[in-house]
Amino acid sequence: MKDQNAYEEFIKGVWRDNPVFVQVLGMCPMLAVTNSAINAIVMGAATLFVLVGSSFLVASFKNLIPKQVRISLYVIIIATFVTVADYTLLALLPKVHKELGAFIPLIVANCMILGRQEAFASRHSIRFAVLDALGMSSGFMLALLALGSVREILGSGSLFNVPLFGADFEPWVIMILPPGGFLTLGLLLLFFNWVTARRAAFLEQVAAAEREGL
Amino acid sequence: MASKDPHLLLQSAPMLRQGLTTPQAMRDVLYALTPIVLAALWFFGLGALLLLLVSVAGAVLTEWVFTPPERRREALADNSAALTGLLLALTLPPALPLWMAFLGAVVAVGLGKVIWGGLGGNLFNPALVGRAFLLGTFPIAMTTWVSPVGPDGFFDLSSSLFALPFHAPAYDAVSSATPLGLMKFQQQGTDISRLLIGNTSGSLGETSGLLLVLGGLYLWLRRDLDWRIPAGIFAAAGLFSLILFLVDGSRFPNPFFTLFSGGLLLGAIYMATDPVTSPVTPRGAWIFGLGIGLLAVLIRMFGGFPEGMMYAILLMNAATPLIDRYTQPRVFGRKERSR
Amino acid sequence: MSAPGSSMAVQEPGGARLVLALALAGLLSGLIIIAIFEATLPTITANKAAELRAAVFKVLPGVSRLQPLRYEGGRLIAAPGRATDDQTIYGGYDREQHFIGYAIPAAGPGFQDTIQLLYGYLPGERTIVGMQILDSRETPGLGDKIYKDAAFVANFDRLAVDPTVVAMKKGHKSAPNEIDAITGATISSKAVVRIINEARERWEGRLPPPGSEPALTEVEGSEGKE
Repeated sequence: MKDQNAYEEFIKGVWRDNPVFVQVLGMCPMLAVTNSAINAIVMGAATLFVLVGSSFLVASFKNLIPKQVRISLYVIIIATFVTVADYTLLALLPKVHKELGAFIPLIVANCMILGRQEAFASRHSIRFAVLDALGMSSGFMLALLALGSVREILGSGSLFNVPLFGADFEPWVIMILPPGGFLTLGLLLLFFNWVTARRAAFLEQVAAAEREGL
Repeated sequence: MASKDPHLLLQSAPMLRQGLTTPQAMRDVLYALTPIVLAALWFFGLGALLLLLVSVAGAVLTEWVFTPPERRREALADNSAALTGLLLALTLPPALPLWMAFLGAVVAVGLGKVIWGGLGGNLFNPALVGRAFLLGTFPIAMTTWVSPVGPDGFFDLSSSLFALPFHAPAYDAVSSATPLGLMKFQQQGTDISRLLIGNTSGSLGETSGLLLVLGGLYLWLRRDLDWRIPAGIFAAAGLFSLILFLVDGSRFPNPFFTLFSGGLLLGAIYMATDPVTSPVTPRGAWIFGLGIGLLAVLIRMFGGFPEGMMYAILLMNAATPLIDRYTQPRVFGRKERSR
Repeated sequence: MSAPGSSMAVQEPGGARLVLALALAGLLSGLIIIAIFEATLPTITANKAAELRAAVFKVLPGVSRLQPLRYEGGRLIAAPGRATDDQTIYGGYDREQHFIGYAIPAAGPGFQDTIQLLYGYLPGERTIVGMQILDSRETPGLGDKIYKDAAFVANFDRLAVDPTVVAMKKGHKSAPNEIDAITGATISSKAVVRIINEARERWEGRLPPPGSEPALTEVEGSEGKE
């Protein structure tokens, strides 16, 4: 029973409560840095590091954090992890860091992260808080990757810098520019909602059939 | 049109936006476009016909796919999808690969119309949405122009037309700048007679000034277009470019060149007047037309692009709901400013 | 806001604790940030130096050592190991420590955003021998050809700077001070030319007469290892 709950806390962020497709949070990095799959992965990894670290700390000290200053404390904790991620990337992956630019420091302002601290980590056990953070950031990374892959395939004709088409591929320039981000995100949201609606309709049909069967 | 009694201003309905236009109006526009289509074939040969067919097919197919089966017959019967495809094709360069034209038509109807809830719900002119997408996506192919081949070269098909999907086109004809490009980058004018007849390089349907004006006159006589919109565009574009021409005649073209070059006529007569995306009030139509003319000349003269008609219309499309709102006639019996 | 007295009353018991909690968190956070900054600083500095060296070697062929030169008090002086700013250029020297040329960083507005570039300049011959774009956000597929198109970059090998560099329509380059612009990206091409002309004008009077360039000060011995 307990494992069932743990699995549920993890998987909800990946699909049912996906931070991008369902909650529509974290749009700024979502649109800004997803012009290639590799950028999307690095951004997703940095966010995962920050979210999991912050959730762990907040859940650990939830009884010591005074209620009146909790938001300030969350921001201090998040900002610390973001700075660590920023310098680490700058040292290890200077090329990718240059492309992500200002959007690494801006992870501080990703409302998904502060939202998880306030809504979940501060009122659950460490184990569930970390699972929830893992699930949410995996869902975020999946969404970034979906967007980044579509935009890189169409905009540069490659995936993870591996060329997919021949030499005379005609790149869809708009896809690596900001309008391409908005277009792709809009179409992915449309697709996600369509799938959800179809699934709901199907479950409804099954339920109706069962009622008739009884 | 000054009314004597300010309390008795009579104005015909509709006062509010009406979502539907009749299939008859669509058919009139198609008739008015016939000479322009024939001119495109005359100047650019069989390739123009292929582009037109592919674009129309893409538009109709998209409409068919994204319409629920029970509404398909009704949605296709008004010819609006075919018209969108046709208008889009008329704004494309003659040697554009067919697959790009198809993609543009899919985007025009899909993102320009269907996604807004179908005909009547869209904010932007669908054909121009498709063209804007193509220009942003394939900036090189969309600005590579070839000279008109004339009737002798009717069957000369550019190999760039048949580039495989996702592949770059290979041009075998020498590219040649449009009159606007010549003006912008080389300060070189083009004879007004050539602009009137249309044997210059340019988009399929924009070159022949005379036929475009004739089509516009037909539509005006049939009461299918709001004459205030093209009139506003011509007035603003002509006046603005006249002022610029008088200030510095060596840098700016004369007003006739401004009016008859590029897509200004095509846009003013066939795209800006789209009843769905233009204001419904007479005062609004004037504001809309003047705004387009001003913006188009502004972009042409001071922007990075040689042609500004498309962005001018799209920008004023975006302003249409606001214009409609602020030009609503006063309700009879109410005080000024009470809405 | 409306009743400060009452909220004070609620908070007062924990006031010291609130301050303590925030101060403690701030202190810890500061310590962690300083630690990570110190830990990554050597790598980051090395990366930046390597990047710069690679760029200088590309725009000044034949150079094996370089040192920053700074314009200070009306003359150009060697400034090894100092923080670089917009008064800094780089001098390139060969193995025998003879001066070869300057690598001059310059920046200016492009089509989308600021273009930063570095160009190699031989003062004796008044010639540019190489140009490298350090940072730009020009339109992919069009403007980004200013660094992706080898033919365009090759324009800047042996390019005379007098009277000024001029961008010509592609295929119309005829004089040693002209370059072929990129078709369809005239604005980006002209931006590069303008940036170089402005930098040249700015540094024209500041460079010492050819032959009396600052000598290489032997401080960083490893500088020359490629």
